[in-house]
Amino acid sequence: MTALIALVRKDLILFLGDRRALLLNLIMPIVLGAFFGYLFGGSGVTENAKINVAVVSQDNSPTSQKIVAGLKTDTALTVLEMPLAEAQEKVLKGKLNAAVVIPAGFGDAAGAALFGTKAKPEITIYYDPSQSAVLAMVKGMLTQHVMQNVSAEMFSGAGGQKMVDENIAELEKEASNNPRSAELQEFLKSVRTFQTRNAAAKTADTDKGQPERAAGLSMPFTTTDQAMSAGPQKYNGYAHAFAGMAVQFILFMGIDAGIGVLLAQRQGLWNRLLASPITVTTVLTARATSAALIALGLLLFIFTVAALFFQVQVAGSMLGFLGVAVCFALVTATFGLLIAAFGKTPEAARGMATFATLIMVMLGGAWVPAFLFPQWLQSLTLAVPTRWAVDGLDAMTWRGLPLDAAWAPMLAQLGFAVLFGGLALWKFGKQRGGTRA
Amino acid sequence: MPDILLSVNNLHKSFGNRQAVKAVSFQLAKGQTLGLLGPNGAGKSTTVGMISGLLQPDQGEVMLGGQRMAQGNNAAKQIMGLVPQDLALYDELSARENLRIFGALYGLTGATLKKRCAEVLDLVQLSDRLADKPSTFSGGMKRRLNIAAALLHTPQLLILDEPTVGVDPQSRNAIFDSLEALKRQGCALIYTSHYMEEVERLADHIVIIDHGVVIADESPAALYQRLPAQAALRVTPLAPVPEHTLHALKSLAAVAEVTVEGSDLLIGLSTADQAQDVMLWLTQQGCRTAQFSTARTSLEAIFLTLTGRSLRDA
Repeated sequence: MTALIALVRKDLILFLGDRRALLLNLIMPIVLGAFFGYLFGGSGVTENAKINVAVVSQDNSPTSQKIVAGLKTDTALTVLEMPLAEAQEKVLKGKLNAAVVIPAGFGDAAGAALFGTKAKPEITIYYDPSQSAVLAMVKGMLTQHVMQNVSAEMFSGAGGQKMVDENIAELEKEASNNPRSAELQEFLKSVRTFQTRNAAAKTADTDKGQPERAAGLSMPFTTTDQAMSAGPQKYNGYAHAFAGMAVQFILFMGIDAGIGVLLAQRQGLWNRLLASPITVTTVLTARATSAALIALGLLLFIFTVAALFFQVQVAGSMLGFLGVAVCFALVTATFGLLIAAFGKTPEAARGMATFATLIMVMLGGAWVPAFLFPQWLQSLTLAVPTRWAVDGLDAMTWRGLPLDAAWAPMLAQLGFAVLFGGLALWKFGKQRGGTRA
Repeated sequence: MPDILLSVNNLHKSFGNRQAVKAVSFQLAKGQTLGLLGPNGAGKSTTVGMISGLLQPDQGEVMLGGQRMAQGNNAAKQIMGLVPQDLALYDELSARENLRIFGALYGLTGATLKKRCAEVLDLVQLSDRLADKPSTFSGGMKRRLNIAAALLHTPQLLILDEPTVGVDPQSRNAIFDSLEALKRQGCALIYTSHYMEEVERLADHIVIIDHGVVIADESPAALYQRLPAQAALRVTPLAPVPEHTLHALKSLAAVAEVTVEGSDLLIGLSTADQAQDVMLWLTQQGCRTAQFSTARTSLEAIFLTLTGRSLRDA
């Protein structure tokens, strides 16, 4: 026990004594966590990023003017009007997410096409292919504003009445030999009746000094957005970012712990340790214990900073959070032993381990949340310990889940720790029989 | 050999297809010093690895203090100290911290550990550098601390694997002073080295290994007896010595061998005091000399005789 404590103490002194490495281990995850957290929505009090859209309106109809005005009031968009060439250039350079071109005659053509009697006019949308998701969002919002304003014009505007009259006249000519035209003609006559009544009501409202009534189609539903987290005040985009970056940099520390064993072997320290009356298991246990303590200390420090300066909270079970943290520390420690056991040289082992860590971190959802992955990849990442670590930390912080939700991440990580540690011990045992002194 | 401390019996060890050690056996008595000699790759380090429990022999055994040495045998390891060839120290910890760690490995704690740290630092003449880190030490000072770290638990046997590699003469002397002090205290030593003069200074017994096999296992005196010449006379003649004179020189009873090295004659003698008679004989033959010197034959020559190659050959 004296030897074990002495070896653990030695590792802790060496780690804390290396100020530059210590600062790197502490500052890098905090800086990167803060950066990614900000990108992912910050602490929840800042506005979400708006989509920058240019509108090139080549149509002066009241309908088109209302569409542009409607887009400008949309809180998800920042709308700027500009000439076509300027809009295309800005989208090309990535300064705008998209540009919407409303062609000349759009208002009339859209009205005529609403009831399917005329050809549909075409709105061109230029978009940045690196942000293709934006295209669908802009299309959705454009559809809403176009439908609302075109239908309003058709049901209550002067242009709409004129359009209905013209359509009825045309349909009357066709009605004698086309029963469908006769049906549509009947429908449009009803629309004209609605328009006439609506115009009268509008005149009466104006005479009474009341605001103009809305007409036309509108969204047949409203939504209530409810964030499924520990509550709107508890959600924090920094929480996931700090979990991801902490996992990444603590694994890097685990690599250093493993490389330390390889360096000790190269320097003869390993032989000196094993020539003393302690077993290889004691030496490895000491290394794993110190690495786990350092990993746990780093994780707690990083989350303390996150709590103090970025309002990250353990909204779920504190016990669960500590359990997930301890299990991740064990994964880190045994990962280090695995590197030490299977690494040939410190240099080669560092390169391979760094690559493996980055893959694990990426698949674990530390950089971008795992739910953005394709389904097959999400299933695959269940075989990656970092996925369980990040999910466990997310569950206990911003998701605010109870202790029950921590058991799966904890047990999965413990499984990985047992696997890594077992493989390392097996390999070290095998090496000791034949390694040259 | 009375009071055997270490008994190495028929050790074999292979790495893959290569047999590094074949049937190595020797013994060491308490308080004695054994010089383990051999060129690079001869099997010294493998033998040391098996003696210190770092390697498991394929065949044979090592008995230390009546205990069979094995990787898990702590009783045997407790009476042995190993000074590895590499500087096995934590460079970024102070000398005191280094010694505390290595002492703790042997179960030393508290006041006992503190006392032993002070004693071993005094022995290796580093008491004034207790608080300094080895990274600030000279090569020789690091070597001395490397030795001190193996002495904390007062081992009965200290194994030193080439402990003076890269050390300046002053530090080498300091190391030898320490080792001689240990000898006086009754600590047995196994000393591996490329340097014959170091082994000659310390060893009571010499084991020479070549190609994994023990080719000599004797006291230094016995080893010298193996040589035809115990001393050497080096003569630089003013003029080349005629062939018939050289022939006559070789036939003298006192002369064991004659070698021409450049313009010098290297004359092997049975005893050093025969040099005067040989010089007189050369003068009588009209051979005038610019300079001459005498020296005792070295272990290097013995090694060369036994193995056919220099000790420092790779």
